Amino acid sequence: MEKIRTLTGPIVPLERSNVDTDQIIPAVFLKRVTKTGYEDALFHSWRQDPAFVLNQEPYRHGGVLVVGHDFGTGSSREHAVWALRDFGITAVLGPRFGEIFRGNAGKQGLLVGQITDESKEALWAVARANPGAEITVDLESRTAIADGVSHEFAIDDYTRWRLLEGLDDIALTLRDEAAITDFEARRPSWMPRTQPMREGTP
Amino acid sequence: MGKTLAEKVWDDHVVVKGEDGAPDLLYIDLHLVHEVTSPQAFDGLRQAGRRMRRTDLTVATEDHNTPTLEIDKPIQDPTSRKQIETLRQNAAEFGVRIHSLGDKEQGIVHLVGPQLGLTLPGITVVCGDSHTSTHGAFGAMAFGIGTSEVEHVMATQTLPLKPFKTMAINVEGELRPGVTAKDIILAVIAKIGTGGGAGYVFEYRGSAIRSLSIEGRMTICNMSIEAGARAGMVAPDETTFAYVKDKPHAPKGADWDAALKYWKTLPTDDDAVFDAEISIDASELEPFVTWGTNPGQGASLSGEVPDPESFTDPTDRAAAERALEYMDLRPGTKLKDIPVDTVFIGSCTNARMEDLSAAADIIRGKQKADGVKVIVVPGSARVRLEAEAAGLDKVFTDFGAEWRFAGCSMCLGMNPDQLAPGERCASTSNRNFEGRQGKGGRTHLVSPLVAAATAIRGTLSSPWDLHADGSAPADFDGEARNVTAEELQIVDPQQQRLAEEV
Ligand code: SF4
Repeated sequence: MEKIRTLTGPIVPLERSNVDTDQIIPAVFLKRVTKTGYEDALFHSWRQDPAFVLNQEPYRHGGVLVVGHDFGTGSSREHAVWALRDFGITAVLGPRFGEIFRGNAGKQGLLVGQITDESKEALWAVARANPGAEITVDLESRTAIADGVSHEFAIDDYTRWRLLEGLDDIALTLRDEAAITDFEARRPSWMPRTQPMREGTP
Repeated sequence: MGKTLAEKVWDDHVVVKGEDGAPDLLYIDLHLVHEVTSPQAFDGLRQAGRRMRRTDLTVATEDHNTPTLEIDKPIQDPTSRKQIETLRQNAAEFGVRIHSLGDKEQGIVHLVGPQLGLTLPGITVVCGDSHTSTHGAFGAMAFGIGTSEVEHVMATQTLPLKPFKTMAINVEGELRPGVTAKDIILAVIAKIGTGGGAGYVFEYRGSAIRSLSIEGRMTICNMSIEAGARAGMVAPDETTFAYVKDKPHAPKGADWDAALKYWKTLPTDDDAVFDAEISIDASELEPFVTWGTNPGQGASLSGEVPDPESFTDPTDRAAAERALEYMDLRPGTKLKDIPVDTVFIGSCTNARMEDLSAAADIIRGKQKADGVKVIVVPGSARVRLEAEAAGLDKVFTDFGAEWRFAGCSMCLGMNPDQLAPGERCASTSNRNFEGRQGKGGRTHLVSPLVAAATAIRGTLSSPWDLHADGSAPADFDGEARNVTAEELQIVDPQQQRLAEEV
């Protein structure tokens, strides 16, 4: 996972609320066997409409998604985060999020920040007036600057620290690798082993 | 204060103790892998350039997507084929031992661990599958995990977890003949509800549990998740040790002695306290069946389809109404009057040797009801071979049933074995959710004995119904291994042959 300090990109206005994970990525895409390559699946049904925001030129390669209330509710699928990430969305700002989605995002290196309703409206207005307008998200100071205006966003200390350090769950655990190795040295010898295969196993 | 079985196993696996409400880092002794929940975990490792930490604590098998007929032909469904092929490639790339379709040890992942002797008392077992709780029958701490946790275990052989709460499920008394482990667990779930166990690890205790075989204990632990529990456990005892001994991967020699000594320290201390406790009187249980669309919607087979109005809780009432509509059932209908189209004997709940022989003992020498399709799917290739060596395949096919190759089969609609819309099935599996066995299919969960009796009569039936007055005869014992053939009024072909020879 990459360390995050600041992220700069176009404001991608998704002017909708109650976008659940099934809309972010429909269930049919869950049958795939990879963890990347979901860019085509993101908002799949809405993308059939050429007028949909992500089909417009300044937004085709992602940026900072600014969303309405209750984004990412519903099923716990981690694919929702993968699809956003693969499309090129580096951060999502909005007034309220599904809890599981927010947790999954933090673990996968997608910055999810909570902004006020006023900030959301202001950022949408900036994008409307000037499509492709850039925003700079500063994780250190928990602020996002667009059109010369600074907006604060909330993110919990722990998730912020992980994103700043670029630590996914596995990297976090591997900080205790010495303890794991010690533990392994103490495991009794009767513990099961799948390899090499013992006698009587084909 | 003493400790419970679950607390002992947990404490002995803590690598780093969590401070201030942080999770403990728990060591994982055995990681079981199948084709559905592993591909993205392997892919995640690959992308991050990580290796698998302990391939020697990992074993993979193919089960959910495998066909149970013509297993030598290419798999038809492209998604199923892709998942299986991906698992094979990943196993080869990362050096994981795999038991593929056609291999003698292939089968449902929850049968493979125990039959190889990899599942042992006092160990931690995980798998990207909610029915991993099955392995708790040995006194192991075994629970299902999600795909990102699968990747985490692959990379670190540990998981950060907060300790589970403990609940004692006391099942005292003697089961009546024809009543089995499946009826116990269905009654437990009906009692505490599908969410009642959330956050808990169950410990099944009491004389009724002690007198069950390991296979029966697996049936019970398997369905712990259907009550919402993270895991279910039974303290290891002589039954456990006898089952484990001499299995291919079981400890041998001095290792066996050391293991045994440790295992005997595992049962819950007398002064240990559980966070919650419930009790069930085993002697009052009857063969059980579900009428609804979750495993908690069940009743004794002698009863009727309930009236949704009889539920005081409005959520339960609405759920019952919706369930009866989906199941196309009317309140007041006698459960025994419900006709079925299909009988499925299989799944990680009830497709071990004991289950198949108990069902075979009921149907031996009889014919299935007209128009009912009966499919029997051994849980693993090894069970299939053992059953064939005991002549059970012949008993089933003579009866008119189909004898299949091993896999999850009709337990879930992921492979070719599925119900058609509207079809009704008596199934020995563990989930009766809408569409679980195929879109629009209707599932009644039952024991292998009830499945067998239902296959004979064509309507949901208990083995008791095969006797004239429909009661449990004093001499009837569905668990045929405990009684003689005469007592059961069932003819053992081998004894018959002997008699003829004499
Ligand atoms: S038999 Fe059913 S419950 Fe068991 S592992 Fe297979 S699909 Fe899951």
